Amino acid sequence: MAAPISTDAVCEIVAAAHEARTALEIRGNGTKAGIGGNVRASQTIELTNLSGILEYEMAELVLTARAGTRLAEIEAALAANNQMLAFEPADYGPLLGHAANAATIGGVLAGNIAGPRRLKDGAARDHFLGFTAVSGRGEVFKAGGKVVKNVTGYDLPKLLAGSWGTLAVMTEVTVKVLPRPATVATVAIAGLSAQDASRAMSLAMGLPLEISGAAHLPRWAAATCPAGTVSSANTSMTLLRIDGVAPSVAARSQWLRDALRDFGSAQLWDAAASVELWRHIRDVGPMRGALDALWRIHVPPMNGWRVHDALASLGEVRSFQDWAGGLVWLSTGSAAQGAAVHAAAQHAGGHAMLIRAPQAAGDAATAFAPTHPALDTLTRRVKAAFDPANILNPGRLFGA
Amino acid sequence: MPPPDQEVLRRKDEIVAALRAIVPGESVIADPDGVRPYESDGLTAYRQPPMVVVLPHTTEQVARILKWCGEQGVKVVPRGAGTSLSGGALPLADGVLLGMARFNRVLNIDYDNRFAVVQPGVTNLAITHAVQERGFYYAPDPSSQIACSIGGNVAENSGGVHCLKYGLTTNNVLGVELVLMNGEVLRIADTGGYDLLGVIVGSEGLLGVVTEVTVRILPKPQTARALLIGFATVESAGQCVADVIAAGIIPAGMEMMDRPAIHAAEAFVHAGYPLDVEALLIVELDGFAAECDHLLDAVAAIAQRNGACQLKASQNEAERLAFWAGRKAAFPAVGRISPDYYCMDGTIPRRKLPAVLLRMRELSERHGLKVANVFHAGDGNLHPLILYDANQPGQLARAEAFGADILRLCIQVGGVLTGEHGVGVEKRDLMPEMFTPTDLAVQQRLKCAFDPDLLLNPGKVFPALHRCAELGRMHVHQGRVAFPELPRF
Repeated sequence: MAAPISTDAVCEIVAAAHEARTALEIRGNGTKAGIGGNVRASQTIELTNLSGILEYEMAELVLTARAGTRLAEIEAALAANNQMLAFEPADYGPLLGHAANAATIGGVLAGNIAGPRRLKDGAARDHFLGFTAVSGRGEVFKAGGKVVKNVTGYDLPKLLAGSWGTLAVMTEVTVKVLPRPATVATVAIAGLSAQDASRAMSLAMGLPLEISGAAHLPRWAAATCPAGTVSSANTSMTLLRIDGVAPSVAARSQWLRDALRDFGSAQLWDAAASVELWRHIRDVGPMRGALDALWRIHVPPMNGWRVHDALASLGEVRSFQDWAGGLVWLSTGSAAQGAAVHAAAQHAGGHAMLIRAPQAAGDAATAFAPTHPALDTLTRRVKAAFDPANILNPGRLFGA
Repeated sequence: MPPPDQEVLRRKDEIVAALRAIVPGESVIADPDGVRPYESDGLTAYRQPPMVVVLPHTTEQVARILKWCGEQGVKVVPRGAGTSLSGGALPLADGVLLGMARFNRVLNIDYDNRFAVVQPGVTNLAITHAVQERGFYYAPDPSSQIACSIGGNVAENSGGVHCLKYGLTTNNVLGVELVLMNGEVLRIADTGGYDLLGVIVGSEGLLGVVTEVTVRILPKPQTARALLIGFATVESAGQCVADVIAAGIIPAGMEMMDRPAIHAAEAFVHAGYPLDVEALLIVELDGFAAECDHLLDAVAAIAQRNGACQLKASQNEAERLAFWAGRKAAFPAVGRISPDYYCMDGTIPRRKLPAVLLRMRELSERHGLKVANVFHAGDGNLHPLILYDANQPGQLARAEAFGADILRLCIQVGGVLTGEHGVGVEKRDLMPEMFTPTDLAVQQRLKCAFDPDLLLNPGKVFPALHRCAELGRMHVHQGRVAFPELPRF
């Protein structure tokens, strides 16, 4: 295993691998290594020695770090200045059997990992401003910039977000940062069915309340929440997060409770409880500890509950919804039911991805949704433009 | 631009006939008077009538046009409303101009899932008009929103005064239908694979032709209020902006104007701007009334700590709109005091603003041309307007040289060439100031993945078009191309 300490060192390794047609596994701390297909590689590049924040000007809303910097280090630096990554990246470590707080910023961006706030502020790709990377040809290149507004050249940061290390090895990344809300509250409605919850969340999202989180936890999932929050409710919980300056949070919370009166009386959870609750949802806490197959399903929000209903006949199916229904976390007994899950997700207008499998995931064809042939052709051409010898994380992504 | 292909020009009649077979009637325009209105876009310094204009109505027609042109080696330039400020829709003498204006329908509005599906020729503002009765709007608001099309917004990744809080086009588009140069029709959205949507938005019409756009719609904020703040120095205005952000406030809009821009705007619209200040800030807060009032007080206090000499809060909607009237009319206002102006679009780290404006004054003297500045202060996007007279020999060339110096300055201080107007023709030759040959080769290889024969909008964005096969072989080592002395095209 190689653990290079500079962009140039990464470049040398990749250039040599390109020359020799040696496949490389590209990783940070490996907290998400189990996601997607098995990488077929004979050599590993671990980027954790490429660590450290390089530039952080809080008033410019921009931070540049080496790709192997731990997310926790970046979040601590931001928190010290009352700022945050507004895409609220999840820590999948504990969910996938790894330590907490080990994820790197490069891994988070390569996986386009976002949390509940994506609903309002967008995904990792929406906050990824620029990078330096090494292509599969062993060339150092950069794209994007270090300012928050830039349209110079193709927006390659977006392409690399969610490419899972299959296009280039990122060595330095620049992200947009935003102020942390002064306070936060959660409006919670007990006892809704998943279908009624999606109606309630849709109604709330159609109001000018700038809701920054909307999740529905069935009874079993609510029971997993941290003590002192909704864990003792013994019923389902539909949760809506409101944050900002205190007078605004108070006024918007009241407005929301009034607007949702038809769905039942709403409880209000304070800042301390809200922080705990949303971290639990962000990190997919309700699915932690189990070993069954876990799918992340993106659909239009009103179809979230339908995916579960369509798959209920498989047995052993559990799910909860985030992003007002647009994100369904769904577990099935085994990954063998992948075809049914992909079909249900597609029927609902979205797609599924296998995040955790009882055994090793196997091939990417199980983990990812099949794509349209023309799109698949274009995808392969894009992959070849960056990595013509297919040496970067081969096998990890479907079609790449 | 690349020299016209004489062989293609000789085949003009055949090309026109082929296009008429795909799009019948008056939708193919080939006579010199008919194509004249298409000779330039919003960057009127550049003009070139196209060989032929075609105005298709359907995706199928677009697909057939592109497939035929692709097979015949005929270049195609897509055009929305023609409001590009970087020459993105500048025609080619030997090219087909593909006008998308007939794609003007709103196809579907889904309030429950908060999106709208529209055709690319629908104007930016028309999307808001289509959804406003239910209390929704489309957030990105380029100043040309009454005229510019959403297809053009997708091509350019357009911004606007509210994009600090609500994002650019790319943050508000959920999917597109895209036709490739080989005629293939793709639906591109969050499908779990590569984020192709992310590179299509802002690709300046070089990757494919968008025939349908799905945008996110948002509930309209309950209220908006604005502050008009005057400062005796640019430095104190810049510090005020930094302090607002550092206090954790992201205003819906935060605009700055310098003295020449203030005077031009005030003379034009009589917005009530103070004339004895060096910099004017408009700060807009939106959201719940309780929030606006709270944040307005906070911003006012920060302004006063930074020595604001004028401070006025809008008390009603009419007053708020009056504050904006001058800023929104800044470009035409400058157009009134100068026969021509040239609008630049760099982004800089905000803390560099005083130094950049100082240096710009020196450049202004050296080039002998005046400059007025409007500035999206929240996100560092600077719009210097260079005043010149195209009828005076040499002035356009001086304006271009001045503009190039300004953009080099933006890059030197850590900024970028273009914040929202695009590279187009205008900034194409400055790309090497910001990017190495390797950076550009990587981008061009992406272009080749979509359009291997380089027939779609050639001559834009890239300073030199390498053939795709050559790019595949070209190995750029440590920023140096092998045999750099060889001609590459």
